[in-house]
Amino acid sequence: MSTDALIKAIAEDAGTMSLKPARRLAIALSAGGLVAGALFVATLGMRLDIGAALQTWRFAAKMAILLACLAAALWASARLVRPDASPRKALAALALPIALLALAVGSELALSPSDSWPLRAIGTNGRLCLTSIALLSPAPLAALLVALRAGAPRSPGAAGAAAGLLAGALAATLYASHCFDDSPLFVALWYVPAIAAVALAGAAAGSRLLRW
Amino acid sequence: MRAAIRGDTRSYHRLLQELAPVLRRLAGRGLARHKLGSEDIEDVVQETLLALHLKRDTWDERQAFSPWVYAIARNKLIDSLRRRGRRPHLPIDDIGELPAGEERPAEFNGADAARMIASLKGREREIVVAISIEGASARQVAERLGMTEGAVRVALHRALKALAKAFRTDPP
Repeated sequence: MSTDALIKAIAEDAGTMSLKPARRLAIALSAGGLVAGALFVATLGMRLDIGAALQTWRFAAKMAILLACLAAALWASARLVRPDASPRKALAALALPIALLALAVGSELALSPSDSWPLRAIGTNGRLCLTSIALLSPAPLAALLVALRAGAPRSPGAAGAAAGLLAGALAATLYASHCFDDSPLFVALWYVPAIAAVALAGAAAGSRLLRW
Repeated sequence: MRAAIRGDTRSYHRLLQELAPVLRRLAGRGLARHKLGSEDIEDVVQETLLALHLKRDTWDERQAFSPWVYAIARNKLIDSLRRRGRRPHLPIDDIGELPAGEERPAEFNGADAARMIASLKGREREIVVAISIEGASARQVAERLGMTEGAVRVALHRALKALAKAFRTDPP
């Protein structure tokens, strides 16, 4: 077939429209979020003193860190779905949640006596934190990967990692509204590896599924 | 491209025809750098055109057009170098610099594409051949085959997707 002939066939297909990548991501995030949210409400549910908890700086900091991570991951995913977006720049968005976490950890170390640090870091719900994030994240991750398949990422692995980070941050945000361990030290010790593991899973899946 | 995204066949056709020589230069340069002959150029060009088409939603209209084209072309070039057993080594720094197209020699035939078209299923192949080689419009094909125009368009879109996939999975 000549290239001119192929061009004719392609041009005749000009009218087929599909959804913009950003719209697909939004739909996937909502659908995955709904499934994860339903699962969360059915099994764990929010802590009952959520209103009072929000008045404490530790709980507020925990939620702020996770929401910043969610926002950074969403921003990175929306960029990485395009072939002309650089992975490095997109992942630089992570500086915001990392800076918030560092600030919170610094405040905790300054405000609490050093002999209380191990207890604050280990907390009581470490294992529940890991398993909850592992169980709440697959549905959003799968939905996001499906959405990203319509895209054209320069680096499929990086796009998958961003989707994993987004799914992990979503799962972590849900779980955090249940958990009583609010110390930034606990966040650093448990949430960070849990979210990072989901991001790694996303990178592995992405480098297989997101080629185009 | 904006008109094409709004579904205007004629301006889309013109755009693709203007892009083809540019892509040809890019592919030629990339293949030459890896000591591959020019017989593969047209296949890379066709694969890139299909990718530009099927992934055109990933162009953000607020961004410049040529870096996006270059990024797609680069990715497809890397793919085809890998399939041909080369370790791709392409500078990333000339992003946004599309080379000017060359004068067009007579015919450009892709070796792969002939085989690809043969791999399409009956109806889809008929439609692609009628539109691409015989130059029919979707409406004319619909009348000839006794289908609705919409069904022809759906089949055409599917056939293009199948072609792109065949390029991706077929060894050279």
